[in-house]
Amino acid sequence: MTFTLEQGEMLGIVGESGSGKSVTAKALMNLLPRTAEIDGRVRFDGEDVRALAAAGSRHFWGVRMTMVFQDPMTSLNPVKKCGEQIAETLRYHLGHGRVAAMKAATDLLEQVGVPEPGRRVNQYPHQLSGGLRQRVVIAMALACEPDLLIADEPTTAVDVTVQKRILDLLDSLRKERGMSMILITHDLGVARGRCDDVAVMYAGRIVERSSTETLFDRSRHPYTDALVRSIPRIEQPSHARLDPIPGRPPELIDPPVQCAFAPRCRYAQADCLESVPPTEGVGESHEFACHHPANTPRGREALANNVAAGVTAAGLQISYRKTR
Amino acid sequence: MKTLGRPFWIAVGWLMLLTVLAVFASWLPLEDPHEIGAAEARLGPSSSHLFGTDALGRDVFARTIFGARISLLVGLLAIAFGMLVGGGLGIVAGYFRGVTDQVISFCFFTLLSFPALVLALLITATIDRNQWTVSLTLGILSIASVGRLSRANTIVFAEREFVQAARVLGADSTRIITHELLPNVMIPMGALALLGMGIAIVAEGSLAFLGLSVEGDAVSWGKSIVDGSQARDLENNPNVALFPIGVMFLTVLALNYAGDRVREYFDVRETAF
Repeated sequence: MTFTLEQGEMLGIVGESGSGKSVTAKALMNLLPRTAEIDGRVRFDGEDVRALAAAGSRHFWGVRMTMVFQDPMTSLNPVKKCGEQIAETLRYHLGHGRVAAMKAATDLLEQVGVPEPGRRVNQYPHQLSGGLRQRVVIAMALACEPDLLIADEPTTAVDVTVQKRILDLLDSLRKERGMSMILITHDLGVARGRCDDVAVMYAGRIVERSSTETLFDRSRHPYTDALVRSIPRIEQPSHARLDPIPGRPPELIDPPVQCAFAPRCRYAQADCLESVPPTEGVGESHEFACHHPANTPRGREALANNVAAGVTAAGLQISYRKTR
Repeated sequence: MKTLGRPFWIAVGWLMLLTVLAVFASWLPLEDPHEIGAAEARLGPSSSHLFGTDALGRDVFARTIFGARISLLVGLLAIAFGMLVGGGLGIVAGYFRGVTDQVISFCFFTLLSFPALVLALLITATIDRNQWTVSLTLGILSIASVGRLSRANTIVFAEREFVQAARVLGADSTRIITHELLPNVMIPMGALALLGMGIAIVAEGSLAFLGLSVEGDAVSWGKSIVDGSQARDLENNPNVALFPIGVMFLTVLALNYAGDRVREYFDVRETAF
């Protein structure tokens, strides 16, 4: 996979569980386990991130690039007070004194919308609710005003009202500070509403990437297309059947030589089973990896053939159902 | 709000009292614990000899207080050494895993596979036996069990996300170990330290029975107990052995109880999940 993120922009990475979203984030942050085989390169502002890490660059992680984890329950140290955990980062990277760092920590908590920050700094993580803890985690990540923040499903563990507040908060901080963000989510609605660009991952690859608008209106990859179709829409009559994607994602222990999505794809043709489709339009505003892209003449022809035959080349039974 | 409770303070009070008495023993109006024949031998408890006198006419009370010096010191030093070496190695093994872990764990198993007493005999029989070397011997014996506990605890915490979170905030391995893992591992280790101190104090007693505790006329609880342990003495003057035994018993009990309470009190995680 290849992608670029401009300063101040927000890239969404979507995909179902096990599609490699978190592994991507960890690869970016150089957090992969030692057993991982690594090739390719992550460049940050022209510098190779892994080289920086190997050189033991002390004030890179946390200061220029940082990450917020999924689960606020385990991403705070249980035996240290919240304020102390934020202040520690400030003292370590920015050389703040004890008192100044504590003051800054309180201010940060206030900025991320924690009520009574003066009291919260002296509380332990277990004394806070999930939403508050996630905000403390975000405050920690933002402490040194990083240039790039990777948020790995920052709102999965919290309820929808808190989810909105946290996303609004990240949005406004991004605009205020010109911070770039990568938002990893499996919530298409969130990606659509918040991101400039969206990359769709399937079986460890980016299968389609473009600006949010293009992706949702003119999706090319049948997987993206199917995902967009499976979102319940408010204008549907009640009890309307949703349009699910049949089957389940492939096992990646032994990756298929064919297009990974072919067995579940309504467009699948014989060539889909023979080779992995190359990514078209790399480096351009819209890239995708499909032999028979949806919403193109080739794709329409493929779909029409499959519908006429009642079965795809991969053996998936399809019955044509009128959608949209 | 959790409290430590009155029994905890009684236990701590007992330990404090003993410590103060032991530290200031030389300045207290006590009989000379070493002088043979200072009083009549084998006296029962009385107002002039609170715990009576032993077979050589030495004051048992004075010997118990002076014995506390060495017994407490040995207990403290032994477990401090075990914590420092075993605890440190355990954290390193649990954090880095892989080959480091295998090598360190192998060393722990090697230590564990020696019968403790044989190892203790081996060391104490070959060197001068003073309070430092006896502490060292018992400290070495505690390394493996302390180390394995610290390793196990480290593994539990090292897998939590806050360790990765610290890493993305720029912490290196040294910093993660000292700032993230250590404060978490310290809690069970602190409790174990108090427990281990009790065990070391008893172990010193065992060495004394083998004649391998501190040499010369230095007094320890173990040696005082041995002095009163001949069958004749146990029958006619049980006070000579029983008083040091009682003091040792109460001390170990206090240490165990305090250790348990401390662990419960500082374990903020108990209410967390």
